[in-house]
Amino acid sequence: MALEQDQVRNIAELCRLQIDDAQIAAYQNNLSNILELVDQLSAVDTSDVAPMAHPLDAVQRLRADQVTESNQREHFQQIAPATERGHYLVPRVVE
Amino acid sequence: MEWEVVIGLEIHAQLATKSKIFSGASTAYGADANTQACAVDLGLPGVLPVFNEEALRMAVKFGLAIDAEIGKRSVFDRKNYFYPDSPKGYQTTQLHHPIVGMGHIDIELDNGSSKRINVTRAHLEEDAGKSVHEGFGGMSGIDLNRAGTPLVEIVSEPELRSAKEASAYFRKMHSIVTYLGICDGDLSQGSMRCDCNVSLRPKGQQEFGTRTEIKNVNSFRNVERAIDVEIERQMDVLEDGGTITQETRLYDADKNETRSMRSKEVENDYRYFPCPDLLPIIIDDNYIEAVRSTLPELPDAKRKRFIESHQLSANDAAVLASSRTLADYFEIAAQAANDYQLAANWVQGDVSATLNRLEIDISELPVNAEQLGRILQLIKDNTLNNGGAKEVFNALVALGEAGKADSTVEKVDALVDSMGLKQVSDTGAIEAIVADVLANNPKLVEGYLNTPVEKRGKAMGPFIGLTRKAAKGVNPQVVMEVLKKKLEELG
Repeated sequence: MALEQDQVRNIAELCRLQIDDAQIAAYQNNLSNILELVDQLSAVDTSDVAPMAHPLDAVQRLRADQVTESNQREHFQQIAPATERGHYLVPRVVE
Repeated sequence: MEWEVVIGLEIHAQLATKSKIFSGASTAYGADANTQACAVDLGLPGVLPVFNEEALRMAVKFGLAIDAEIGKRSVFDRKNYFYPDSPKGYQTTQLHHPIVGMGHIDIELDNGSSKRINVTRAHLEEDAGKSVHEGFGGMSGIDLNRAGTPLVEIVSEPELRSAKEASAYFRKMHSIVTYLGICDGDLSQGSMRCDCNVSLRPKGQQEFGTRTEIKNVNSFRNVERAIDVEIERQMDVLEDGGTITQETRLYDADKNETRSMRSKEVENDYRYFPCPDLLPIIIDDNYIEAVRSTLPELPDAKRKRFIESHQLSANDAAVLASSRTLADYFEIAAQAANDYQLAANWVQGDVSATLNRLEIDISELPVNAEQLGRILQLIKDNTLNNGGAKEVFNALVALGEAGKADSTVEKVDALVDSMGLKQVSDTGAIEAIVADVLANNPKLVEGYLNTPVEKRGKAMGPFIGLTRKAAKGVNPQVVMEVLKKKLEELG
């Protein structure tokens, strides 16, 4: 399955990745190859195989509803580019 | 053209767990920004989510309350999108295998009939953080305390046909989740929010028209208003031969209008896939039955019981059963007085008026249910007349307002004594008072005697007032009888 150039641009946009027009052809080729590789799986007859949500044959463990975390804001915010009055600052987003 | 309105609601209800859905951070409301956002909530590398058993139990409880199929195997998926209040870059939610499948609730319509509304599904997911756009010098401030708070998203079938029905549905869901105790139902804190999908189609047409989605409406009233203005807007567009654009809109309550949210350059493509960090959740019949055994009496059942076992009107029953705390309060008072109708009148009268005036919840009322029950008992045994009962009630409220609330039942009796409200029903005592009043007001008596017989009923008013003033707490019925007799004796 080969990707169109527009699909490559769309994927880049969805991933918030900036790629130059000059790189598009290379990504198109590489991504298409990956899809082809994975597409080989389609050759396997899976009509008797139940769909799987997780590779481990295990069940989700549950946690008791207890507050176990304490405030570590100062610690976490050390790696934030900008903070003010306890808030993480980001470029303004308004809908 | 005649249009048919088609509405479906998506309600987000925050589950009342102590900790988050996938982390041990607190969900308490109102904490200082980011003091309840731990490494898991922040999506830091290397962390793993662990699912909160209470969130599961609450979702199953909800499913059973709306008579829904429970997903014995449910799966968490990742819904991928970038927004600063979702630091992981995806929301953990349930797409194909939700915990709650098809169910239904009944809503009551204005004409007294009820209508069944099917619920497509309800799934578990995590809430996002909050963005603050003002006050950060042109930047946006992000508070992630809310990120990871468990939600159930309840999706209705597009079976609502008016703004009123939509609001009734929202109210009913609110009533159910608060009865179950799985959500605190505090709309002002965003504990329940509602997205409204609205479209119009020519009456009789099978296919749906193009819909718009009004995001994040957070009050019963606004659901009704937002949908009504959106219906009007769509009708105008369609009547003018235009077409509706499928889009997300915001409701501006101040201007009472909906407006388009800035359209995104790239259409949403959430690229859902099963979350590799979380395993499927498997529950069995034993688990489901154990949860079922914890279901309380639900609003519909309570309403029915109030009507059938206690002869309340449909309206009284609906009002009193709408909230569990109100219903419990009512029922405790009613049982103490052994009079459901008297208690119904009081709870919808003085109690509700006081709650509105003080803008408080029934749980904060300085008169508790046992105390109201005692007041009603005293009305029933003729110790208090209605006026005296109101005075005791108001005195208890005033004590509460002054920060001196006394929650004992004995306080009711103490107030009745100290305020001299005990009603005098003894005819002899009242006769003496009436005789005094008549002797001291010869002019009034003369005026009365000069009044034509057919108008004398009304002319008796001043004497009743004077008698009650002369002796606080006289039984008004006995006063009437005695007065009538005495005045008749005079002519």
